[in-house]
Amino acid sequence: MANGTNKLALIASRGSLDWAYPPFILATAAAAMGWDVGIFFTFYGLPLLKKELNAKVSPLGNPAMPMKMPFGPEGFQNFNWPMPNLIMAGLPGFENVATSLMKKTFKNKGVATVNELRDMAVDLDVRLIACQMTMDVFGFKKEEFIEQAEIGGAATFLEFAADANVSLFV
Amino acid sequence: MGKQITLDCSGLMCPMPVVKTAKTIKTMEIGDILEMISTDAGSMPDMQAWANQTKHELLESHDEGGKFRFLIKKTH
Repeated sequence: MANGTNKLALIASRGSLDWAYPPFILATAAAAMGWDVGIFFTFYGLPLLKKELNAKVSPLGNPAMPMKMPFGPEGFQNFNWPMPNLIMAGLPGFENVATSLMKKTFKNKGVATVNELRDMAVDLDVRLIACQMTMDVFGFKKEEFIEQAEIGGAATFLEFAADANVSLFV
Repeated sequence: MGKQITLDCSGLMCPMPVVKTAKTIKTMEIGDILEMISTDAGSMPDMQAWANQTKHELLESHDEGGKFRFLIKKTH
């Protein structure tokens, strides 16, 4: 690459389905432009490195999240369903329903899955750093992660980020 | 003259058109032309940005009414 000096350093701190997208989208786009990219997975972002990705989305606590149906006529699909927090909190299985609706809507629109984006990131040599401290605190083992994940701490990430042009906390 | 390769990214959304373009360019020879077709409206500004960053030459970009067509020359 003619311009191999640009560098993107990301911290992925959230592991829900919606928040899994921004770090992987930015990482793959930057890598596609020839940038050096590294992502530090910490706290709730750490499960995004697990072999079996199981990211879910909860509308609870996401008050601005549109609730859309991925089927039916266009007007029906575009309708934003008003879902009071009380209902979402009280209905068992609501998180699973919301997760499958979001996955279906994304698929219909041609958005890649988190799995596909992560595979792409691996393919494009994005550095994936798992936070050792979070692993210890929440009881994750290296064997649970994809083999491309490396283990590191805050200093490992900061050394990588020291000369990054763009650093973002997601 | 280099050869021309076509990459159809219709139906794919950001960042896949850019990612697939980058991957395809890597497999090509210097001087080859890549024709990329996309339906993602974000491709218009994104392909320009991608070309600026990678220094490959964006020869043409057309909005053909919901379909976007780009010609890119591999320069290095």
